[in-house]
Amino acid sequence: MSKLESKIPKGDLAKKWTNYKAEQKLVNPANKRKLDIIVVGTGLAGASAAASLGELGFNVKSFCYQDSPRRAHSIAAQGGINAAKNYPNDGDSVYRLFYDTIKGGDYRAREANVYRLAEVSSNIIDQCVAQGVPFAREYGGLLSNRSFGGAQVSRTFYARGQTGQQLLLGAYGALNRQIAAGSVNMYPRTEMIDLVLVEGKARGIVTRNLITGEIDTHFGHAVVLATGGYGNVFFLSTNAMGSNASAAWRAYKRGANFGNPCFVQIHPTCIPVHGEYQSKLTLMSESLRNDGRIWVPKLKEDVEKIRKGELKPGDISEENRDYYLERRYPAFGNLVPRDVASRAAKERCDAGYGVGSTGLAVYLDFKSAIERLGEDKIRERYGNLFQMYEKITDEDPYKTPMMIYPAIHYTMGGLWVDYELQTTIPGLFAIGEANFSDHGANRLGASALMQGLADGYFVLPYTIQNYLADEIHTPRMDINQKEFVQTKQEANEKLEKLLSIKGKQSVDSFHKRLGKIMWDYVGMSRNKEGLLFALEEIKKIKQEFWSDVRIPGDPGSVNVELEKANRVADFIELGELMALDALEREESCGGHFREEFQTPEGEALRNDQDFKFVSAWEFKEEDVHPILNKESLDYEFIEIKQRNYK
Amino acid sequence: MDLTLKVWRQKDASSKGKFETYSISDVSKDSSFLEMLDVLNEQLIRENIEPIAFDHDCREGICGSCGLFINGRAHGPDYETTTCQLHMRKFKHGDTIVIEPWRAKAFPVIKDLMVDRSAFDKILQSGGFVSVNTGGVPDANAIPIPKEAADEAMDAATCIGCGACVATCKNASAMLFVSAKVSQLALLPQGKLEAQRRAKSMVAKMDELGFGNCSNTGACEVECPKGISIAHIARFNREFLKAKIND
Repeated sequence: MSKLESKIPKGDLAKKWTNYKAEQKLVNPANKRKLDIIVVGTGLAGASAAASLGELGFNVKSFCYQDSPRRAHSIAAQGGINAAKNYPNDGDSVYRLFYDTIKGGDYRAREANVYRLAEVSSNIIDQCVAQGVPFAREYGGLLSNRSFGGAQVSRTFYARGQTGQQLLLGAYGALNRQIAAGSVNMYPRTEMIDLVLVEGKARGIVTRNLITGEIDTHFGHAVVLATGGYGNVFFLSTNAMGSNASAAWRAYKRGANFGNPCFVQIHPTCIPVHGEYQSKLTLMSESLRNDGRIWVPKLKEDVEKIRKGELKPGDISEENRDYYLERRYPAFGNLVPRDVASRAAKERCDAGYGVGSTGLAVYLDFKSAIERLGEDKIRERYGNLFQMYEKITDEDPYKTPMMIYPAIHYTMGGLWVDYELQTTIPGLFAIGEANFSDHGANRLGASALMQGLADGYFVLPYTIQNYLADEIHTPRMDINQKEFVQTKQEANEKLEKLLSIKGKQSVDSFHKRLGKIMWDYVGMSRNKEGLLFALEEIKKIKQEFWSDVRIPGDPGSVNVELEKANRVADFIELGELMALDALEREESCGGHFREEFQTPEGEALRNDQDFKFVSAWEFKEEDVHPILNKESLDYEFIEIKQRNYK
Repeated sequence: MDLTLKVWRQKDASSKGKFETYSISDVSKDSSFLEMLDVLNEQLIRENIEPIAFDHDCREGICGSCGLFINGRAHGPDYETTTCQLHMRKFKHGDTIVIEPWRAKAFPVIKDLMVDRSAFDKILQSGGFVSVNTGGVPDANAIPIPKEAADEAMDAATCIGCGACVATCKNASAMLFVSAKVSQLALLPQGKLEAQRRAKSMVAKMDELGFGNCSNTGACEVECPKGISIAHIARFNREFLKAKIND
C-alpha cells in the first residue's frame, strides 16, 4: 500500500509557497546541463513546462501525438483565464480566488495547492502579455475582464472566444524558441505507450512513432506527464478526437496512484447530440452566460408545439418562459458553477420541459443582451462562437436562441500528486489536467488555463529541482539496459496481441458502447444499482474487445486503427475504475451526484464526516480489485460549508 | 443522400498515389464532412480494406489539423470554414466529391490525405516569438496598447496553421501564414523590438523550405478559414523592406 505524503509546507497559508521556495534544493547551471527531463504533451501545461525548463538550462525532450505541438487540445479552450489581478477594482484578491476555487470544488481540493494557484495567477497574465498574447483591451489601452461562473467578481482575461488558442500559441512560441536554441528536442507524432522504471524511479518512456510505427525508448532523469484528461472515456465529449488517457493509465499500472477518477465535469453549454454518427460534441463557452439567459417554456403545451415545430422560441411570451437558473439561484443567476447549471438543465429536461426534436436541450437566449448592447458588441465578444454554432446547426443565434445541453468536458480527477506535483512514483510528475490536484470535485470556468500555465511556468520549474538536486550524480542511462529493453518488449507485445485478434468489430464500435454505458450510468447522475450494472457491462465490453476487435493494416506504418485500439483498451479499464470510485463515494459533491444523497431541493448532499478525503487508487494486478488509499483533506484556514449559490 | 467519392490513396511518401472510387449512402445532411468520412471508414473496415488516413483532432475548427482539398477547393465549398466544420448540407444527393490532400512541395504526402506540415513549425522556430524567458516580466498593465492595435493583432493571431493558404496558392507560397505572425507581433510593443530581425529570418527560412513566392493573387485570403486579410502581407513586406534598408 502506498503511503500518501502530501508534503504540504508548514506555516501560514499565505507563506507556504514562499517558504517552500526559500528552503527547496536547487540545481546549479553546470549541473542542469547534465540532467535530462522528458515532458509528454504540449498543451498549456506541457509547452509552458518544456519551454521554462529549457530556458533554465535542462535538456528537455518534448513529445506530442499531434503533427505539431501547437495543436494540443488546450487550443480549443474558449472563454478565458482567471487571475486575481483585481484590475476592475471589484473586490478581488488572492484569498478570494482561492476561496472561490475551494468552494467551487465543493471542498474536495487541497488548501495549500489552491492557494498557491491563486498566488501565481497574476504572474501568468504578465507572462502572456510579455509574449505578445493579444488579450482583449479597453479603449484606454488596458486589459479587459469578464465574469465567469462561481464568482461575483470579473477576474477573467480573454482573447475573444479563443483564449486557449492565444495562450497556447504564446507557450508554443516560447517552446519554439527553445527548440531553435537546442535546449528542447521535439518529437511530434510520437505517442507515449509505457513508462520505464529503474529501481522504483521513473527513468524513461516507451514511444511509438505514429508515422513509421517504430517503438523507441527514451531516458530522462525525470518524467513529466502533461497529457490532459480522460473525458474521451465517454466517447462523446468536447475533447479532441485524439485526446487520450494512455500515458496516465500506463503510469497507474506501473504504480502511480490515480486520484478521484469519478470527478468528471459536465459542461452545461454544449451543442446537443444530433445523431448516431456524431463523433464529438462542441462546447459553447461559459462566457456566453455573461450575456445569454437560459430558459425553457413554462407550459407543457408550448413544449409540445415547439418540438413539433409549430411554435418558434420567439413566439413564447416572457411570462411563459422559465428562466430556471435565475429562479432557483437568484444570487448567481445564469453564472452558477457548471455542475449546478448542468444538473438544473437535466432536471428540467427530465421533467419534460426540454426543447429540440429530442427534448434534450434548453435555450440560451441573447435577445435581451442584443437589445441592451447591440448586435455589434455581441459580435465583438462572441463572434467566433456564434459562427461556429451556425456552421454546425445551420441556425443563426443572433436571430433565434441557441439550443444547448450538458456534455462531458473536463476531468478533475487524474494522477495523484503531492504539493510538488510528484506522483507516488519518484521522479514522475503530473501537471495540468493530467493531475487531480486543484479543482476538487468541480472546476470553475477559466481555471483550467490558469492551472495548466501555473503548473508549467511557475510551479514545476521550482519543485522538480528539489527532486533533481539529488540526481546530479546519476549518469545518463543506456537505453539498452534491461529495464528499458523489457518495458519496450512488454509494450510491443500488447500491440502485437491487439493486431493478432483479427476479429469482426471496429474499435469505434467498442468505444461507442463504452461511452454509452459511462454516460448513462457514470455520467451526470449516478446510483448504486446503475454503477454495479455499469461495472458488469464494462467487464463484458473488455472481454469482447480483446477477442473480437478488428484492426486492418500493419504496425510498421501509419495505422490509425491500431492507435485508437491501444487507447480504447485503456479507456475501458479506466472506465471501470471510474465506476468503482463513484460507487465507493457514497455522497454527492461537485460533479459527482449520487441520487441517493441529495437535499430535499435536489442539491448535492456532501458527507464531510466520512468522505472528506481524496481517493487515491493503487493498481495491484490485472483483474484484481485495486487498493483505495485515502488522503484526508484538512481545512485549517477556511470553514467548510454547504455550497450555496442562492 | 447518396454520394460517390473519389479519394486520393497513397501508401506512403515514396509510393505513387491514385484515386479510388467509393460509394456511400444515407449520409445525413447534418453530419460534418469528417463524420461522413468516419462512416466511410467504418464501411471499409467491415470490408477489411484499410481505412483512409486523414489528419483531424479537435473537430471544432481551431486546432488546424484537418485540411482536405475538396472539389478543387481548400476546405471545400464554403467560406471561412475548416474541413471539420464543413457540413454535408453543402452537398446534394447524387454528387460526386473529389477529395485530395494539400499539394505543395513543402508539404509532402505521408499517407492518403495526410501531409507533413512540419515546415510551418520550422518557420516559426526561426523567429515567430517574442524573446522573453519565464519570469521577471513587467505588470500586464504596465504597457497600454491601443485597442485598435490589439484587435488587429488578434485578427492576425487567429491563424490556425492549417496550410490552406499554401495549398490554394498557385505558387505554394506561405506568405499569408508567415505574415500573420509577423504582423501580430509587429503591431504590439512587446514584439516591435525584434520585428525586423524576425521578418528577415522568417523569410530566409520560408525560402529555404521550398515555399514559393507571393504574386498577390489573393487566393489565400479567400480560402483562409479564419478570414485573415492579405493586408498582413503588406505589413510583412514593409517590415522586411525596412529591415533590408537598415542592413
